[in-house]
Amino acid sequence: MQCDNIINTLAPCLVQSGWNGDLANFASIFLGVIILATFPLLVTIVLIWFERKFAARIQDRLGPNRVGPFGLLQPFADVIKLLGKEDITPAGADKLIYNIAPVMMVMSVLLIWAVVPLSPIHVGMDLEIGALYIISVASFGTLSVIFASWSSNNKYALLGAFRVVAQLISYEVPLALSLLIPVMLAGSMSLVDITQAQAGMWFIFVAPLSAILFFISSQAETGRAPFDLLEAESELVAGFNIEYSGMKFALFFAGEFMHVFTNGVLMAVLFAGGYIGFGGLENSIPLLGIVFLFLKASVFYMLSLLIRNAIPRVRIDQLMNFNWKFLVPVSIVNVVMMAFLLKVVQALGIAPTPELANDFVANIPQTLVLFAGNVVLGLLVMNTVSSRIRKERLQESANRAIVPMGAGD
Amino acid sequence: MVPLWMYLTVAAALFSIGMYGVLARRNAVAVLMGIELMLNAVNLNLIAFWRYLTPFNMSGQAFAAFVLVVAAAEVAVGLAIIIAVYRNRQSVEVEDVDMLKG
Amino acid sequence: MNFGEGLTPEAFAFGLFTILTLGGALGVVTSLNLVRAAIWLMLSLFGIAGYFVLLSAPFLASVQVLVYIGAIGILFSFAVMLTRGMTNLKERFNDQWWLAGLAALTAFVLLMVGVIVPAFGNSGAPVSDQVTTTVDLGVALVSGNQYVLPFEVASLLLTAAMIGAIVIAREDD
Repeated sequence: MQCDNIINTLAPCLVQSGWNGDLANFASIFLGVIILATFPLLVTIVLIWFERKFAARIQDRLGPNRVGPFGLLQPFADVIKLLGKEDITPAGADKLIYNIAPVMMVMSVLLIWAVVPLSPIHVGMDLEIGALYIISVASFGTLSVIFASWSSNNKYALLGAFRVVAQLISYEVPLALSLLIPVMLAGSMSLVDITQAQAGMWFIFVAPLSAILFFISSQAETGRAPFDLLEAESELVAGFNIEYSGMKFALFFAGEFMHVFTNGVLMAVLFAGGYIGFGGLENSIPLLGIVFLFLKASVFYMLSLLIRNAIPRVRIDQLMNFNWKFLVPVSIVNVVMMAFLLKVVQALGIAPTPELANDFVANIPQTLVLFAGNVVLGLLVMNTVSSRIRKERLQESANRAIVPMGAGD
Repeated sequence: MVPLWMYLTVAAALFSIGMYGVLARRNAVAVLMGIELMLNAVNLNLIAFWRYLTPFNMSGQAFAAFVLVVAAAEVAVGLAIIIAVYRNRQSVEVEDVDMLKG
Repeated sequence: MNFGEGLTPEAFAFGLFTILTLGGALGVVTSLNLVRAAIWLMLSLFGIAGYFVLLSAPFLASVQVLVYIGAIGILFSFAVMLTRGMTNLKERFNDQWWLAGLAALTAFVLLMVGVIVPAFGNSGAPVSDQVTTTVDLGVALVSGNQYVLPFEVASLLLTAAMIGAIVIAREDD
């Protein structure tokens, strides 16, 4: 056995150098878990700097520029500052749960990385139920919000949590429904299979509508603007994490940042071919797969940042209406339509055969049909919504007497 | 592998604890939690028997899935009833909710 | 990994999940604070999900976490927080708690003596190392000669329960 590439052969190599077999296995898995869990946290440090710079540019500011070149060391300075803060536990708090909550928040995001295929050979765990697993671990995030708010014995925190949980649970519905489409197209819930099924054609071209739905609902799941009712600073003091200080607050903060990037990665894996680059390059140099994946994830991440900085916060009733009256019905119709069209494509015999599934040209007819279906549905939906809104506006302006701005609040 | 009777013992213990919760608690929400424990003991038994005795017949897993569905429906309706009762009587003690008693 | 004679990783995991499940269950029936009880419940049901993984039913394990922790546990917490005065109970049990204990103990002893003790001697190896996959479960749930009717009825039940819960819990306007 060659021991020059220890990433994949750590356990056998350790055995070769005289370790106990079980111990070597344990050590290699343990090391893998540590690397996989630390990596997103390290990425987050850079992301925090990047996001602050990005937001500053949009708002015509300079952003962090004092610590290190271009302010690159600012996140480290922040961490040192947060470490120096007093660690406060409020009176009457449920200490154990109060301390577990921030860890659970980070955990709920980190657990997703366990099933994400980073490259053809680097994947934490290829679960056959990967897509379901992603939805499952997301519930830990919801739970941590409840834990944090309830245990900190603060009414504002509890009020904030009620909102947040309503939001998170509601947006899980369109999230799960739009996640069904890649599962349906790939015929498997495993993220590795889903990635490989996109070797011929990315799912974002086959099912653009579900990609958009997934992106919107995952943006809401992170609680970023325009859905940042989690910590609507002007309304709720600071939301569910009001009592947290120092590193515990930083964990919530890091969890949120990491979640945004993780959503970008999920978008890339589910809809943009994951680690698949061009010309099968990632198969000869697996590490390039990680680069491709992160490039794609960065595109979705930037899109998310743009939306965050460009669109104002919605009200809680608008948020709920948007979800239950728009996203959920559209995703249900989308699932039914995609299932139907897939059957039609198979019946017509223009679906790519299993041997040609990785071929770009063989995928084109099926993609065209499904894409056309998506476009038609999208146009129908937009048409319905806009005519509905126009009617509402007309009615509203007819009913409304002249009221000074803000008097009705 | 861990022998089957160990799973059965755990399930039996869980069922008994849940049963105690149902019979001994005053609060209706706590009673509901006891019922959940009992349902899960049943599920554990179903899956254990499926794995050890009939791994090629899906009935064990399918029935466990149906039990999950029923449990979810039961909790949703049960909690809704509890909240409605609380709104009317400001109490969720099972002993106080006896309007139907003659 | 070898922790000593006879202690396989699987046995270790089994022990851990047993502590989680039974410890959580005891917490559910004894805690005075009902939010705490809900958290114990989630812990206990998480242990069950662990058993499902050990028994190679990953789909049900995942659904267990999704349904019980993501939905039912949160629903319980909400219900407790919404109905004030329930977070701290004055009494743990009702007056017949000893009778209930007796009944539960009898049930446990009966189950042990009647069903489980006769199986003690068995090495208890499963009939096959191979198991059906999630795909088989999915096919079984929707194929006409297996479980498609129960499946549809279950969906109907869920819809009915959802509508019913909204109607019942709704405040009269």
